[in-house]
Amino acid sequence: MFVTIYRLFQIIEKLRVMSEDVKKTKEPSEPLFSKKNKKLVTDPLTDNNPITIQVLGICSALAITVQVEQGVVMSAAVLFVLIFGNVIISLLRNLIPSRIRIIVQLVVVASLVIIVDQLLAAFLPDVSEKLSVFVGLIITNCIIMGRFEAFAMANKPWPSFMDALGNSFGYAWILILVSIIRELFGSGSLYGFPIFGSALPGEEWGIYTMGYMNNNMMILPPMALIIVGIIIWIQRSRNKALIEEH
Amino acid sequence: MESTLDIFVKAIFSENMIFAYFLGMCSYLAVSKTVKTAVGLGAAVIFVLAVTVPVNYLLENYLLKEGALEWINPEWAEIDLSFLSFIMFIAVVASIVQLVEMLVEKFAPALYGALGIFLPLIAVNCSILGGALFMQERQYSTILDATAFSIGSGIGWFIAIVAIAAIREKVRYSNVPAPLRGLGITFILTGLMGIAFMAFMGIKYGKDGSKEEDDTTKTGQIELVDKKLTAKID
Repeated sequence: MFVTIYRLFQIIEKLRVMSEDVKKTKEPSEPLFSKKNKKLVTDPLTDNNPITIQVLGICSALAITVQVEQGVVMSAAVLFVLIFGNVIISLLRNLIPSRIRIIVQLVVVASLVIIVDQLLAAFLPDVSEKLSVFVGLIITNCIIMGRFEAFAMANKPWPSFMDALGNSFGYAWILILVSIIRELFGSGSLYGFPIFGSALPGEEWGIYTMGYMNNNMMILPPMALIIVGIIIWIQRSRNKALIEEH
Repeated sequence: MESTLDIFVKAIFSENMIFAYFLGMCSYLAVSKTVKTAVGLGAAVIFVLAVTVPVNYLLENYLLKEGALEWINPEWAEIDLSFLSFIMFIAVVASIVQLVEMLVEKFAPALYGALGIFLPLIAVNCSILGGALFMQERQYSTILDATAFSIGSGIGWFIAIVAIAAIREKVRYSNVPAPLRGLGITFILTGLMGIAFMAFMGIKYGKDGSKEEDDTTKTGQIELVDKKLTAKID
């Protein structure tokens, strides 16, 4: 009992010293949107993309890209979790003992994901049903743990926020691009609106009357992998610096 | 009703963790450069899945599910703690991985040498948490079914990573277009393997009602033929 109280006082003391440190070091403050901070947002969009270059967070990116709506909702969920998680971890970074940091990070992510899951189940029940286990799997989405480890544990809250913003947009645009391709050619619609007409037997319209058919292959899981493979191909042939040895 | 064997075979082939659900893709892509490391990681995944899913099954059925607390106090039958399942599952996975690592290090140093470096990686492998969440979603009726599912998915994951590692070792000698080398070709190869694995979706599981009828009519016909034959011989 006394030991815990003593520990508590120690932590408070540490916090006080830290806040004084922060005050001292705050003097040479850089502008909020300095070049370095802007680079944190723009870099993950292309040359350091979490999916195509860092190879993080693939599981969810592939599994839920059958429809654009699912892709958008998933991106929003990851945006929320990554921004709040990165800022929280960055605020706690000096208090987390390095031995148990993985558990602390997991607890932070899991709590945020529970909030997202409950919100989705309450306001978007049909999307939440389609995403099924993949909302829960945001917890083990490597982008989130990867950014916590690589960035938030070593940087201040504001750069961490910018980093989270950049990485979740980098994740989102790949996700939405893949889901646009898959929904357009797989179901002939975008965000649920028919683009190519309707293929219902008896009441066909649009280009289906000319004999066009949906490519059912696009709806199946393997096509997601091949589409991402092709995106990587295009990206690397545009930027030769990213080419791997083998 | 599916039998335990059906669940096991289904988890390996037609509902393969990698090819049907893309779970655990991050480590699948990162650690599949050589067959040796792939075997190590695959074995560790089988092991951890086989331990964590049954534990999570007990947790789900005796603590979290709606009405699961009835065994403590009948008044608590309406309590539904399933919103806590994410945090409970991940805590179980992380702590069991830690525990297993310590136990293996102490009692089986040879095995630790083989699995050691992979065990900490596994705490954040999607396929482990995915196994627990699928178990929760599919509501397996007994712990035996849940265990069969977990071991099956582990073996499916093992097969997938060893196969891609073997292919990648060979691909090194072929002339892949430069921008596609490494990650790109691995994605496309996995896609092609996924198409091949879709052939397993045609497997018929369990005994359908119609199939049984067919069997009985067939045996009936055979008996008839038999009787005719014996009549002729007589």
